[in-house]
Amino acid sequence: MTIDTLRLTAEDAMRLLERREVSSSELHAAYLDAAGARDDELHAYLCTVAEPNGDGVPVAFKDVISTKGIETTAGSKILAGYKPVFDATVATRCYDAGLSLLGKTNMDEFAMGSSTENSAYGPSKNPWDPGRVPGGSSGGSAAAVAGGLAPWALGSDTGGSIKQPAALCGIVGLRPTYGTVSRYGIVAFASSLDQVGPLTRTVRDCALLYRIIAGRDACDSTTVELPEPVEIPEAADLKGLRVGVPRQLNEAEGIEPGVADAVARTIALCEELGAEVGGCELPLSVEYGMPCYYLIAPAEASSNLARYDGVRYGYRADVEGDLGTLYERTRHDGFGDEPKRRIMLGTYALSAGYYDAFYGQAQKVRTIIGNEFRAVLEHFDVLVSPTSPTVAFPFGAKTANPVAMYLSDVLAIPPNMAGLPSLSIPCGLSEGLPVGLQLIGPQFSENLLFRVGHALEQAIGFDTVPTRLR
Amino acid sequence: MAITREDVVHVARLARLELSDDELERMREQLSAILDAVGKVAELDLEGIEPTAHPLDLVNVLADDEQRPCLTREEALANAPDPEDGFFGVPAV
Repeated sequence: MTIDTLRLTAEDAMRLLERREVSSSELHAAYLDAAGARDDELHAYLCTVAEPNGDGVPVAFKDVISTKGIETTAGSKILAGYKPVFDATVATRCYDAGLSLLGKTNMDEFAMGSSTENSAYGPSKNPWDPGRVPGGSSGGSAAAVAGGLAPWALGSDTGGSIKQPAALCGIVGLRPTYGTVSRYGIVAFASSLDQVGPLTRTVRDCALLYRIIAGRDACDSTTVELPEPVEIPEAADLKGLRVGVPRQLNEAEGIEPGVADAVARTIALCEELGAEVGGCELPLSVEYGMPCYYLIAPAEASSNLARYDGVRYGYRADVEGDLGTLYERTRHDGFGDEPKRRIMLGTYALSAGYYDAFYGQAQKVRTIIGNEFRAVLEHFDVLVSPTSPTVAFPFGAKTANPVAMYLSDVLAIPPNMAGLPSLSIPCGLSEGLPVGLQLIGPQFSENLLFRVGHALEQAIGFDTVPTRLR
Repeated sequence: MAITREDVVHVARLARLELSDDELERMREQLSAILDAVGKVAELDLEGIEPTAHPLDLVNVLADDEQRPCLTREEALANAPDPEDGFFGVPAV
């Protein structure tokens, strides 16, 4: 049978496998064929795996996920050639569920970026318009799913790295509640924020993949058991739900009019589907979320990235000299510009004389952000906003100005600081490019986010196949 | 917030990161711009607010004290750039 990899959902693929209408090796081959046809252009994959290692649906992993015996670079030259000797827990859980690995997807180096332009291996392209970025840092995973090169994929999200590329590529992305998905075997960036999550074509697929990866892991002491099993959403209405529209997240400077329009239409749709919609305020979370993030995440990164020293694994500079010179040269040659900037920023924020004013202060701001969300979520079940202020932007548009690039995640960051889950679903087009809607709920409210996301998805009827590939 | 070239040199030293002259200057400009954008957290009065290190209320998660499989020496050294006699090789300290 012919497999249309651009349209087949993972759920459909499971059904075909159950009915033995297709074999797992046929499925695997179909996606690799699609990659053969389109990945020269999209550059979603850093490597692909020729033979399936499971009898279920194939899956792609962001290259931040350790895969035993398969090169894992985190998009960095400093990890070129590194082949982990163990699997990340999320990889093991996928394999135990029968999923087979299609390949490792491209990303901004060490997950630092919003466009994949920081990958040491060159950027991925947006399947809707290859002249534009797919978003980042999980841009390779988003481009693979949107471009029909994988039915679904895993990414990681520290400050928007699943939600923003999902939005820019017109697919679904979940940043789970902090602590619900194991980070054992994930290349660490900022440990109080990093979470692994699914990028998929439908909300139901998202729930299915989340169900596979979520739950406590003895190898990651920051994980917890889910309070309730993951439900695959079915409801088509939003009756009895209170939807909050935080003014600052919806009126932030820099939100493009086309993005605001698509989101406003979706908010109106919430009411039509039976929800009670009301305004609310998150003044400090939005104003101080981004600054707070860009102190805490680089501080943690400067500590996590200290391990790349050319001694135990990864790149080592060829130097005449002592061990100190080896460390300094290895890190100079091995890291790209963005990790260097963040290591420097984080080291500065943690250094004597600045710790209290920057890092200590940012940790207190984080408490305020958590309190502000908690208060608002006493009155609403779920909050909505754009995921990204803009649609996919052209290559090079923000590379010269780090702060402009950082602002790409200004709406995605605040709930992350509070440890809340958030789901991005495509809600329409602006100038022919996808717009993402962000749904935010209380901790452990994934089932609710799936329910709302699924109902909206059915009502919106967004076609996830990029216009130029239809 | 302007930071000086000396600040950049000092921080690069703390981070064990070699930077060329060009990189030092670019880093000085970019860090100053970033600190301008993020430094506003310093202006808030947060007297009495507890810091958040982590969004979950987990404290002292303990594991049972039992033996579990771990990496063999060969596995631990499999990615080492310069293994020597079963150890990680490095230049003179």
